[in-house]
Formats: sequence, C-alpha cells, structure tokens
Amino acid sequence: MKKFALASAATFALLVSSASAQEETFRIAYIEGMSGAFANVGDQGLKHFNYAAEKINAAGGINGAKVVVEAFDGQTNPRESLVQLQRAIDEGYQYITQGNGSSIASALIDGVEKHNKRNPDQPVLFLNYAAVDPAFTNDRCSFWHFRFDADADMKMGAITDWLEGQPDIKSVYIIGQDYSFGKAVAAAAEKMLAEKRPDIEIVGNELHPLGKVKDFTPYIQKIASSGADAVITGNWGADMQLLVKAAGGAGLEAPFLTYYGGGLSAVTAMGESAVGRVMQVSEFHENLDASEAQLEEIKTFEAQSGLDYYYERIFTLMDMLKAAAEKAGSNAPEDVALALEGLEYESPYGKVMMRADNHQLLQDLYLSILADDVAGTVEGTPFGFKTVENGKIDAAATETETTCQMSRPR
Amino acid sequence: METFVFSVLNGVTYGLLLFMLSSGLTLIFSMMGVLNFAHASFYMLGAYFAFTIGAATGFWVALFLAPVLVGLIGAAVERWGLRKVHTNGHVAELLFTFGLAYLIEEIVKIVWGKLSIPYKIPPLLDGPAFTLWGTDYPAYRVFMLAVSITMLVALFLLLKKTRAGLIIQAALTHPAMVGHLGHNVPKIFMTVFGIGCGLAGLAGVIGGNYLVTDPSMAYAMGPIVFVVVVIGGMGSLAGAFVASLLIGLLQTFAVAVDATFFDLFGWAGLGAMTEVGRISISSLAPMLPFLLLVLILMIRPRGLMGDREF
Repeated sequence: MKKFALASAATFALLVSSASAQEETFRIAYIEGMSGAFANVGDQGLKHFNYAAEKINAAGGINGAKVVVEAFDGQTNPRESLVQLQRAIDEGYQYITQGNGSSIASALIDGVEKHNKRNPDQPVLFLNYAAVDPAFTNDRCSFWHFRFDADADMKMGAITDWLEGQPDIKSVYIIGQDYSFGKAVAAAAEKMLAEKRPDIEIVGNELHPLGKVKDFTPYIQKIASSGADAVITGNWGADMQLLVKAAGGAGLEAPFLTYYGGGLSAVTAMGESAVGRVMQVSEFHENLDASEAQLEEIKTFEAQSGLDYYYERIFTLMDMLKAAAEKAGSNAPEDVALALEGLEYESPYGKVMMRADNHQLLQDLYLSILADDVAGTVEGTPFGFKTVENGKIDAAATETETTCQMSRPR
Repeated sequence: METFVFSVLNGVTYGLLLFMLSSGLTLIFSMMGVLNFAHASFYMLGAYFAFTIGAATGFWVALFLAPVLVGLIGAAVERWGLRKVHTNGHVAELLFTFGLAYLIEEIVKIVWGKLSIPYKIPPLLDGPAFTLWGTDYPAYRVFMLAVSITMLVALFLLLKKTRAGLIIQAALTHPAMVGHLGHNVPKIFMTVFGIGCGLAGLAGVIGGNYLVTDPSMAYAMGPIVFVVVVIGGMGSLAGAFVASLLIGLLQTFAVAVDATFFDLFGWAGLGAMTEVGRISISSLAPMLPFLLLVLILMIRPRGLMGDREF
C-alpha cells in the first residue's frame, strides 16, 4: 500500500512538472500605485497592459509563452516600490514595468542595476512606459532600462515649438509637482523658452506638493492675478484633475499647455470651460487618422475595459517586446534587451524606433487641443482632442542629444 | 486687492470646513477625555454615504440623510464599543479608535473600491455665483459657506440656549453631579458622540464633492483636524472655531504670497541663490499648521482658549 502511495505521488509530481513545462509563461510585474491618490491611474495602465497581453496570447504568445501581467502595489512610493520589486524578483519575475512617478522609476533603475550586478544569471529588465525624467536616458542611463514615452525635454520641445508661432502669448506661468519630474519640466521650459522665445516673460514658477493638494483654488488665484497668457504644467493624475477643475471653477481664461491634459478624468473634471483652451502633447489622441482595424481595436478595448483608450505606448511596448524576443529567439532578458536596441516597429500611427545609444523610443508626437467638434470623444463627454495646426512632430525631429554612456554586458 | 479678497474667501471656506470636523472632535474630547482617532473616518463615511444615497434620491435628500446615518453609526460605536472599552482606561480607548479608523478605511475599500468615486457637485450649484475682477467665484463655495454658518449658529443655540444644551454642558464637566440629579449621563455621552460624528459626516457630504472622495481622504484630513483641536485648546469650541479659521487663512495666504526666504531674511545676510534662500513661502504652505502646532505646544500648551493642559 505504502509503495503504491509513493508511486502515485511520484506520478503525480511528474504530471504536474510536465504540465507546468507545457504552460510556459512570460511574466511581467506591473509595479504601480494601486491604492492611494493615484490608484485610478494605476488601474487604467493595468487594463491597457492586460488587454495587450490578451491580444498577444490570442496570437500565440511570445515565442509560444503565455504573457501574464501581474500588478504589485507600490503605493506611488519609492520605498514601497522597491519592496515590491524585491517581491517580484523573489517570485521569479524577470520583466518589470512602471511609469507613474519618476522618483519611483529612479529607485527602480537603481534597484534593478544592483540586482543585475549581483545576480548576472537572473537579470531583470525594466520597461518604462511613462516616467519621463530626462536623466534616465542621459546621465543615469542603464542597459536594463528602456523608455517607451517621450521624455520631458522632448515634450517641452513640442510645446515651445508651438509657442514660437504664437506672438500673442507674452507671458507664461509654470506650475508643477514638487519632485524630480516637476523640476525637470520647469527647467526644460525655462531653458527652451529662453532659446526660442526670449521675449516671453515667465511670471510664475511654482511647485506644489505631489498628490497632497486637495484644493488648487489659491494657486489658480495666483495664476489669475499674475496675468499670465498661458500656463505650462506637467501635472498628472489627481493633481491634473484638481488643477483644471479649480481653473474651470474660477473661470480662468488662459490656455493650459499640458503633458497630461488628456489623462484619466481630466476632461470630465474640466468640462466645457476647457474647450479650445487645454492642450496636450502626446503620442496618441482619439482623433488621429488610423486604419479601420485600429479604430475597431480601440472600440473593443473601450467596450471591454469601460475606459478610454489612452496609452498607445503600452501597446507599442508590448508589441516591440514580442518582436524583440522573437528576433532574438529567446525570452531571456539580456537577449531581448540586445534585440530591442535599434529595433524598428510599424505602429498603427507610424514608424517608431528604439534608440540603441540611450534606450529612448522615438515616435511621432502630436500637440492637440480639446475641441467639441470632433468624432472621437472621451469619458462620455461631447469633447475630444484634435491636432492643432502644424501640431505633428516627426519622430526624427524629437531626437535630442544624449550624454548617456552605457555599459553593456556584452 | 483681488488676491486678498479671494484669499480671505477661500481661506474662510476651508476654515469653516475644518471647523465642522473639529467641533465634533473637540466636543467628544471634552466629554470623554479621549482623542477620537477615527473622527476623520466618519467624515469619509459622510461623503461615501452621500454618494450612494444621492444616486437614488438626489443630493438634497442625501445632504440630510447621510449625516444622520453617520451620526447613528457613531452613536452605535459609543454604545457598544467605546463604553465597554472605557472601563479599561484612556489608552484602551485611544487604541480602540485607532483600530476603528483602519477598520473603516478597509471596509470603505471593500464596499466602494480603492479608486476615487465620481461624487459630483449637484448641477444646480455647478456654476459661478459672482464674478470679481474677472475671476468667477463658484456657487458651491457659497453654498458650503452657508451650510457651515447655519451649522455653527445651530450648534451655538443648542448648547447655549436650550435646556438640553445646559445639561450637556454640565455633563461635560460634572458628570457625577448631573447623574445624581437624575439625568442619564451615558445616554448624554452617546448623543454627543453621535452628534459629533454626524457633524463630521456633514462635513464629508459637502467636502467630498468639493475635494476628492477616495479611501485616503480620511488619512489626508485626519492630522490637520488634530492640529486644529490642539491649537484651539482641547475641549474649547470657540478655540476650535478660531483655530480653524486661522489655519484656513494661513494656508491660503501662504500659497498666495510670492516670496522666498531670501525676501524675508535677506537683511540677515541670507543669499538669494543659496539652498535656503530659494525656498518659497508657498511651498511651505502644507507644513505651516504643523509648525504652529509645535510652537503652540511649546509656548502655550493649553492652546489658544483651552482650559486644561494636554
């Protein structure tokens, strides 16, 4: 009897191991704030990732492996995010992704670098889809980090190019979140305005605590009394919603030049007062020309998730990851990273390319403005974004010089 | 001039919202001698209840129902929770309310989810009330002001002009004597606790859509309410009122001031481009109430109008 039990246990173990071998997975740890002030943004990104993963799995996965994206709650906090990184590594994850908060991305880059140095046979690759501090692809660049969003300097380049053609705007007010990213935006704005429009006066340059301000009315009051002709802000998440909500409430007339004006809930919060006033610079908006197949894709995503299609770059990230792994013929992070370098990919909105020298993706950017006469609308409102005149910036034109000196494993 | 007027208006609105929260807390403190750590959680419950009730009945019914419901929950917490814990002393009570705050937050997360909910201003009040110097003043803020002042007057009348208020005041300071006179002191305690929580609930109903309604709102509001109570003086309603307005105005004005440390202390030899000289006053706005708290505890530990030391 005992022998039988032993034999059956052994058979069972054999069955289990062969089953797990058959179901090979490609696991990605999504480390974001899934609770707290920025939880809704974390949830939105995850839904995009899950949808992209489903699509890839339906087409046979990555080198036959099933893609799984699992959320780890970093609470939009660098320390907690590092704990979650360690947890993901302990669970065997070799790919991580994050985007909300350059302060967190900074900690994760350090964490990944350290881990990879100590464990060269179990490296981890960091795919960044939204943290845009320019340092990550310059002084602090890492072989193990790839960025799929245009950095703060590239986006500010688009905004200031547009300002060059707006002689009516004679003064701007810069307001941002008080951390590395907000400071990077302010520095880029100051530098580029001095080059392109030295006559523009910067009447205010303000940083507010990240995710802490619940009522922006005093700030809006300050902007109004400064008499600024335009406001430049890199705010995202709740800070973006509340800022424009307060601006709408106070009837502030000045246009807002934003990085994330089309971000989650911002349009709902702004309402009609923002039409013709709020602009954003992004790789996607819902009124870009696209093929029938892509428009159908957007509809399916929105019906399935109940959210607006927003992160085109997440789909770019996932598709390029698959392309790189298949080009390398391996799912090992080092092979995939090498294959990603210089990889070109035909996205539904034009060709994109991953720079080999600093791991920054080059893609077309669009400066768009909120309008009420468009076909594609967002968040159940009658409004949507449309590209402004001369608002398309070709991928090649967004390229900036880099100070990156990367050390590669081979 | 316009900056000044708007800063006063905004500061007073925010200050009165703080008072609505802190009045309940300070009443409960003077009654039981214990800080209710879960007080801001009742504020959060008010906002969530108003959202859920409002979806069925509209905002105006919810404005009355939600605070009553929160008050009833508060009374129940006192009756079946705090009263039992009370016999074990203040530390046990403190820990009880501390745990309760976490419990309520987790329950809210389970019932309504971790994300912020779309609790919106009613359409009737969604617009400007008046325009000054080209800047609109939202109608909802005027409404908040009106609700706060109505509550303030009602509370004052209840405590100072009615027989019930007289008994409550007596029970706060001399519970044994009031008990001997034949009043049911535990019931008075329960009522006061319920009213205090109800006020916090009301603050949640009108504050939730004005700010943001999410599970972290209690945590965001909690510390500042304690600051108000300590600065105003433990157990002093008038003190809480003054401290609320003070903090409301202080925070609004700090943001409005366009100065750096250099402008303030340049005469003392501080350089304009040094690390310290470049700090702007507005970036210190969130810190100021806590600075005031520390100063008050050092210089005047009983607070502005309190009659006992903390």
